[in-house]
Amino acid sequence: MSDLPLSPDTPIKIALLAMGGQGGGVLADWIVDLAEAAGWWAQTTSVPGVAQRTGATIYYLELMPESAVRAAGRPPVLAMMPTPGDVDLVVAAELMEAGRAMQRGLVTPDRTTLITSTHRSYAVAEKAALGNGVADPNKVLDAGREAAKRLLCFDLQAMADQAGSVISASLFGAIAGAGVLPFAREAFEETIRRGGTGVEASLRAFALGFEASRGAPAAPAPIETARPAPTVPQQVAHPGVQTLLEDVRKRFPPVAHGMLVAGLRRLIDFQDVAYAAEYLALVGAVRELDRRHGGDARGWALTQAVAHRLAVAMSYDDVIRVADLKTRGSRFERVRGEVGAKDDQLVYTTEFMHPRLEEVCGTLPTALGRWLESSPALGGFLRRRLDKGRRVKTGTLAWFLPLYFVAGLRRFRRRTLRHQLETAAIGAWLDRIGRTAPQDYALAVEIAHCRRLVKGYSGTHARSGDRFARLMEAADRLAGRPDAAAVLRGLREAALADEAGVQLERALAAVDDASMSADEREDCVAA
Amino acid sequence: MAERSFKKEVEQLRIPAGEEFRGEGILAITKALLQAGVGYVGGYQGSPISHLMDVLADANEILEELGVHFETSASEATAAAMLAASVMYPIRGAVTWKSTVGTNVASDALANLASGGVTGGALVIVGEDYGEGSSIMQERSHAFAMKSQMWLLDPRPNLESIVKAVEDGFELSEASNTPVMLQVRIRSCHVHGRFIAKENRRPAFTVKDALAQPQRDTNRIVLPPASFLHEQEKIRARWPAAVQFIRERQLNEFFEGELDDVGLVLQGGLYNGVIRALQLLGLADSFGASRIPLYVMNVTYPVIEDEVLRFCEGKRAVLMLEEGQPDYLEQNLRAILHKAGAATLLSGKDVLPMAGEYTTQAMKDGIEAFLKAQRPATFAPPPQPKPAAVPITFHPKVKDLAGVVPPRPAGFCVGCPERPIFAAMKLVEADKGPHHVSCDIGCHLFSILPPFNLGATTMGYGLGAASSSAFNVKTGKRAISVMGDGGFWHNGLTSGIGNAVFNKNDGVIVIVDNYYSSATGGQDILSSRADNPDRATKNPIENAIRGVGVKWVRTIDRTYDVAKMRDTLEEALTTDTDGPKVIIAQSECMLNKQRRVKPLFNRAVKEGRRVVKERFGVDPDVCTGDHACIRLSGCPSLTVKDSGDPLKDDPVAHVDNGCVGCGNCGEVAEAAVLCPSFYRADIIHNPTAADRFLAKLRGAVIGFLQRRRAARLARYAL
Repeated sequence: MSDLPLSPDTPIKIALLAMGGQGGGVLADWIVDLAEAAGWWAQTTSVPGVAQRTGATIYYLELMPESAVRAAGRPPVLAMMPTPGDVDLVVAAELMEAGRAMQRGLVTPDRTTLITSTHRSYAVAEKAALGNGVADPNKVLDAGREAAKRLLCFDLQAMADQAGSVISASLFGAIAGAGVLPFAREAFEETIRRGGTGVEASLRAFALGFEASRGAPAAPAPIETARPAPTVPQQVAHPGVQTLLEDVRKRFPPVAHGMLVAGLRRLIDFQDVAYAAEYLALVGAVRELDRRHGGDARGWALTQAVAHRLAVAMSYDDVIRVADLKTRGSRFERVRGEVGAKDDQLVYTTEFMHPRLEEVCGTLPTALGRWLESSPALGGFLRRRLDKGRRVKTGTLAWFLPLYFVAGLRRFRRRTLRHQLETAAIGAWLDRIGRTAPQDYALAVEIAHCRRLVKGYSGTHARSGDRFARLMEAADRLAGRPDAAAVLRGLREAALADEAGVQLERALAAVDDASMSADEREDCVAA
Repeated sequence: MAERSFKKEVEQLRIPAGEEFRGEGILAITKALLQAGVGYVGGYQGSPISHLMDVLADANEILEELGVHFETSASEATAAAMLAASVMYPIRGAVTWKSTVGTNVASDALANLASGGVTGGALVIVGEDYGEGSSIMQERSHAFAMKSQMWLLDPRPNLESIVKAVEDGFELSEASNTPVMLQVRIRSCHVHGRFIAKENRRPAFTVKDALAQPQRDTNRIVLPPASFLHEQEKIRARWPAAVQFIRERQLNEFFEGELDDVGLVLQGGLYNGVIRALQLLGLADSFGASRIPLYVMNVTYPVIEDEVLRFCEGKRAVLMLEEGQPDYLEQNLRAILHKAGAATLLSGKDVLPMAGEYTTQAMKDGIEAFLKAQRPATFAPPPQPKPAAVPITFHPKVKDLAGVVPPRPAGFCVGCPERPIFAAMKLVEADKGPHHVSCDIGCHLFSILPPFNLGATTMGYGLGAASSSAFNVKTGKRAISVMGDGGFWHNGLTSGIGNAVFNKNDGVIVIVDNYYSSATGGQDILSSRADNPDRATKNPIENAIRGVGVKWVRTIDRTYDVAKMRDTLEEALTTDTDGPKVIIAQSECMLNKQRRVKPLFNRAVKEGRRVVKERFGVDPDVCTGDHACIRLSGCPSLTVKDSGDPLKDDPVAHVDNGCVGCGNCGEVAEAAVLCPSFYRADIIHNPTAADRFLAKLRGAVIGFLQRRRAARLARYAL
């Protein structure tokens, strides 16, 4: 080996991971400007390409002190892309991008500081799921605690919003606050000022990011994802409601109280106290069934499931309900808040509605509704007249008053066709649960949860209803098999796997293939 | 008006001699062109050289001052043909495009140009769209240089070397009467660096001078017998002249290293990565000092035989680092060594990946393997394992991320007017079953991804309709082709529309007219609506289509009307009219529109004028969390959030603050009869007295009724 003097100086290596449109380029330019203003050599590269259109992309920077360059007597040769295991600072402008940085090996326990925003910008795959497709954020933090020398994570998007700025500014602040770059806070702020656009807002966001980062704990806490249990009040004003509340306390196991109160709230809101009482009576019957078949030992799973699913089933989304929700004062206020309207601004909403003949008939008294639905002449005529979208301007009297009137039809709801249909469907479902529980408790619980599939409006509602029906038929066929509950759960997951129902059909076919062994069946369902 | 303005940056092009330039690679190349006294510049935009075109467009004033002609070519073929001005006249010309796709298009003109040869320097700057960030097939521009015998420069990726390569390229071209290709990789185009500027030079001979004194020489025209003469000239005169120039001017670089029984031969563009790889192996430092000798080929075609042999002399083994495949350079080196009977062992793709980008990691592994095999003593004692010995990617918790981190491909922007076109196509699919859909190049190609999953093939820019031409049979179902306005003007009008008319194709062609060449950065094209002082815009696509004989044309001037879009598509698929059915779907690219409209809006608000801002929202209590709307949209601002309702397990749809109020989600919900959850909020800024009076009146009635109902609910509050 020779004694050729190789310079020991190496650059600071920084990788920025962002999505197109997040201002990753602005942040990279700021860091370059910051370093150059301090007399450093700075190089940045990127591969924006089509990633500018919302895709994930990466910016890479290397910074070299001028003193080292002078000592070497020639310009540095800086790399154009990060090398796994050779990055000092990784900054992610979104939580899953931090995950991606770790997957690429850019984060190393012996040297990498990982700064990430904890906010989520969901990918299409997560959003488009029929159920809940959102990825678990804590898996990223778990990996980050292992992979990074130091993990700093905060909701930098919220800080940017709060400051009326963009995330690049709060990220810049977080970088400054982490103390990983050899530049003072003032130098960072001067860089923003030199940029010249939106300076004040950027500085506010910078300050929020800086403080959060400087005061960051050594090991960040997990992100709270559990949903808070519904509150159960001690005392309420209305005597009728108070009776129901006491009923809940007296007749039901404590583990079901939260869900029951949520259910009562929903149904009073949907209809009235009497309807809520009907609900409680129905759940009460199930509770009795539950008790007889060992519910106590099983955590009252059946009671809980029915308390949840029955409340949703009974508060079906009809025209009356939609008109009610759309015309409420609280809703008007919520919209103003959501769009960020200031006091001196006026806000009007336009609803996009497309009621079909089915919805109209559903709101009519049973006999009239049925007659109209099956009347080819009048029904057909109305269908043609109705079959177009309506732009409903809820803030004008001409639209508000009719909607308010429709919402007022609530008091006649029990006589509508829709109510008969829903009540019959609920009855059949509860009967099936009642029939099943004595033989197979777990299957009964699964049958209760299958109601989860029924949701949406119009076509979506019809399709989800069909799937629910298929599952109920399958439940009947499965009854008696030892693995019935597990198979039904698999079917339910399959029903939520894709819109076309391909997976459900495949899973159902597997169930029907009686010649299959239980193991093979499991495999099919899993697939 | 392009997506990004370089008005501020182009001032850097005026930097006088001796001062330091700092900025992006693309801008440095422009400065280098001016320093080299270029006479005319053309090109076609596309990543990674889109910004080069944008910089030139924004620099028009400076170019005019210097007497330099710049134009945005209709296609790469046009740009290549533009170099004809350097055939007879001593004018330096440069053109640029995305490669290899652009070079494919330009090949006809390039081959003609290279055959006859040039008098003035002709430089083709190719943005090599290869490796991470690339949006095209993975091929090499190298093959084009070889087949037409044009010289190929691949300079080291620092601004000084790139700028020098531009100047060298012109001189080499003139010295050898051959067009020269200058290859710049994606990262080099976007690299921020510095170099010492020289003075800009006015072209000694301008296009104006040429027009004043026209010249011709039939020996320069590709027609027998001259064409046979050209081939001989290439071998006998131009090649030796080029070799001599490259050697004398030392365009390729030799770097000494004391472990001189081995060496690395590399493409100039890989230099920085190779140095980093050597550094990680403890064999180089951050300033380019290397223990292993390097032969850096800043010219990768032609290969200079005696330089190769000189480098290999006395070496036991050398490693060729050549990105991409086929391994033209390695084969060439092998032939050179074999012919010379050299004993040096040549290693290359045996230790390095045959295909794919040469990342630092890949090169580090390759160099390490080469040295371990050929010079094991290099690593005694073994090198400090600088990157973690066991990569962190093997940690179980990091491995677990594979099931968590979702893929995030590029997609339609917030409010993109192309989204409703494909939502309508999905609705047609639901109604009439799936159709064969031929796609094109452009933002609209994102239709192939979730949530739309529409489109079977893409055969090249402007070739959407052409790629449906085989499906020209009368049957129950028609093929649908998609083409953007960029591709339409690039060649689609003739290759797709004209072809369909002539061959009586019965298919449906959707032309997405979003007022710009959007996918490449929002540049103006013939049909753009913008007022552009330097270009003739506002030429309607419909006129061109009718001009080539299409009978059935429907223009939809608001793509967001999903129901109309769907009905028009259905009509096109079912009508009895013969010949191609062309739907022109027009709405302005939202990215560009926002950039145009936002400042105007903010100014109006500031000035106290009454303006209405629209945005969309979802009522969380009405939404049931089915996400059918998202599956027909995929808009980044249409997302999900927890409803906070204990009875709803699934998150509900939610419109975030990024919403620009395009209306697509409401239209889709309505057209697909999804649900009544969506609303549009009109926010009236600076309401007039009449507005306020009306609001007060409405508020009084509505407020009274709302309070009445709220009071009832409050009585039963639980």
